[in-house]
Amino acid sequence: MLGLTKKDYNLLLIVACLTMLAPFILNPFPEGSGLAQFNAGYPDLMQRFVIFGIFAIGFNILFGLTGYLSFGHAAFLGVGSYAAIWMMKLLTTNVIPAMILAVAIAGAFALLVGYVSLRRSGIYFSILTLAFAQMSYALAYSVLTPITGGETGLQLKLDDARILDGALGAGEQARANLFGLNMSSSYELSVGSWLFTFNTGYYIAAVIMLLAFYLAIRIFRSPFGLMLRAVKSNQQRLNYTGLNPRPYTLAAFVISGMYAGLAGGLMVAMDTQVGPERMFWTASGEVVLMTILGGAGTLIGPVLGAGLIKYMENILSKINSDILHTWFAFLPDGLEDFIITLIYPFIGKGWHLTLGIIFMLVVIFLPGGLVEGGQRIAKLFKRKDDAEDTAASTPAE
Amino acid sequence: MDAIVLQILNGLDKGSAYALIALGLTLIFGTLGVVNFAHGALFMIGAFCAVTLTRLLTWSHTIIDETKTDFLGNPLKVDVPYIYDIFGQSTGEAIIDWAVPLAILFSIPVMLLVGVIMERGLIKHFYKRPHADQILVTFGLAIVLQEIVKFYYGANPIPTPAPAVFAGSFDFGAMLGFDPNTIIYPYWRLVYFAFAAVIIGAVFAFLQFTTFGMVVRAGMADRETVGLLGINIDKRFTIMFGIAAAVAGMAGVMYAPINSPNYHMGMDFLVLSFVVVVVGGMGSLPGAVLAGFLLGVLESFASMAQVLEFLPGLNQIIIYLVAIIILLTRPRGLMGRKGVMED
Repeated sequence: MLGLTKKDYNLLLIVACLTMLAPFILNPFPEGSGLAQFNAGYPDLMQRFVIFGIFAIGFNILFGLTGYLSFGHAAFLGVGSYAAIWMMKLLTTNVIPAMILAVAIAGAFALLVGYVSLRRSGIYFSILTLAFAQMSYALAYSVLTPITGGETGLQLKLDDARILDGALGAGEQARANLFGLNMSSSYELSVGSWLFTFNTGYYIAAVIMLLAFYLAIRIFRSPFGLMLRAVKSNQQRLNYTGLNPRPYTLAAFVISGMYAGLAGGLMVAMDTQVGPERMFWTASGEVVLMTILGGAGTLIGPVLGAGLIKYMENILSKINSDILHTWFAFLPDGLEDFIITLIYPFIGKGWHLTLGIIFMLVVIFLPGGLVEGGQRIAKLFKRKDDAEDTAASTPAE
Repeated sequence: MDAIVLQILNGLDKGSAYALIALGLTLIFGTLGVVNFAHGALFMIGAFCAVTLTRLLTWSHTIIDETKTDFLGNPLKVDVPYIYDIFGQSTGEAIIDWAVPLAILFSIPVMLLVGVIMERGLIKHFYKRPHADQILVTFGLAIVLQEIVKFYYGANPIPTPAPAVFAGSFDFGAMLGFDPNTIIYPYWRLVYFAFAAVIIGAVFAFLQFTTFGMVVRAGMADRETVGLLGINIDKRFTIMFGIAAAVAGMAGVMYAPINSPNYHMGMDFLVLSFVVVVVGGMGSLPGAVLAGFLLGVLESFASMAQVLEFLPGLNQIIIYLVAIIILLTRPRGLMGRKGVMED
């Protein structure tokens, strides 16, 4: 179906169900209960899940398939964001043209950067992309201030041109919308003590992520994807068969840059602002972390990694020592304090430490990321079943 | 002319830091073939060695001083560092004042230990893995190290002053025969440059003129053969890793008075040092040093007002721009060898 094998189709279906039902799934705890802080079902965070999901899916097309480790992907995200906000300032606050322009501009920029960077491979490629991204960041921060707004960045303002839009009524603010459907509007459903929020912006972003995911599956399974894998496994052999890998890697680079631009455009569509810190190299590092954590070269891995990191960033970082004290209140005082001092460095502001440790453990023990972890566990159970089967079928003599 | 000399001098201190970090990176890469993204974190740990020693030396206990009274006439509580009790007040004050140079002695064993633990505990297991995995695991380690430092020392920069003798600036131009008051230069930066030159010289001399260095150089050229000759090359490479860590650490200690240590200073320097290493040529020690000073000086030239007038923002991007140009025109960097990191 849809040109996919049954397995891929099922995967797409599962992802579709998960994203569509996310407001339920991510809000398993009733409001006001002690565990409510683990709820991730609020619009802002759900939007981030899918947007960074798109970013990581795109990065994975480059890194997962060709093995080229780019340390400057945030530049494309930033360029896409700037393009989108200018479209919304000048033409219309409808998000569709903004995102089209974001993808186009990011793609063009990726073509330029990729054309130069892909002349080298290995660590040289990483350094070149890093250099380009840092240059874009430094320029956006300083010289290009008339275009980028410098340190303060850009926001939608009342006196923007917005040629296609009608004049705003008194007291109205310019908001990102899809044909009049406001991005920040939400429908809240209250069931018992549970509160579920269905946000327009989230669903638009989720549908786009599904499309992006579908496209990624098609790329992974296409002859083009196979060619990219060939680049990863042995570029020399590819050369000897008379094929030039450069056009393929460049195409992969541009596609993944366009994904990043799309993610940047969507970010602007959600919060209608942009600043240069989005292009800083730590932002590029973050998408690398996401992809590796989830599993580079797998389809679902990057989405999982993006979700995990964003969940930790927003939920783990909110836990403070007071909350810990309420959790461990049942323990005797001395033990309670001891356990809290033990856990404290890893939560709240220290969530980066937890992330770093998890990341190191994954790189050391699970080079295939969480996906490989899942497969191993599944295999373990399967083997156990097999063993039991054989034990059952061959009775003792 | 004096403006040019001033810019060269300004570039030297940053260039020295780049050169020292890049030297360590290249040592590790040349010996073990590992791309160490945690090297910036080692620089940062070195700077925090200075902070730690200052704190240890000023560790105080409170006594009630009967001779001084506050405005109500009560005897005043005074914090007295323990070191005053041991060495007397004037010697104690001098020791605290010289905390940063003393921290070098303190940092060498610490950094050697950190380096050896890092190599034996983690990096050893990554020799056979692809370079991408090495980059990723050391990147993770860098995050962990910097978060640990952040947890214990907080997120704010901690001022760590140089000894009072080296505080302030002096008229360096007058000494060189220029007009007075054209080249005013802080003492400490000159000290930093001299220190960097000594360390770089020492590392090269160690590799060139000692038996140990000879074996290490042989190992860099052909590890397997050296191993077959019955020399435990792994052990020597581990020690080289420790030395590289110590070089980065000492660079960090001495940099503390120039730039107050904070937990992310390592990452800031790391990105630039990698650019430096690549410009100098992967695996080439002289290349790393040369590129470090070259880029430091270029950066300070690019931030001259006359340059910024017609090329605004050049100071922000000059290093990256040079790196891109060099990588595209001289693929192996300035002094790179053939066959290094070309897979």
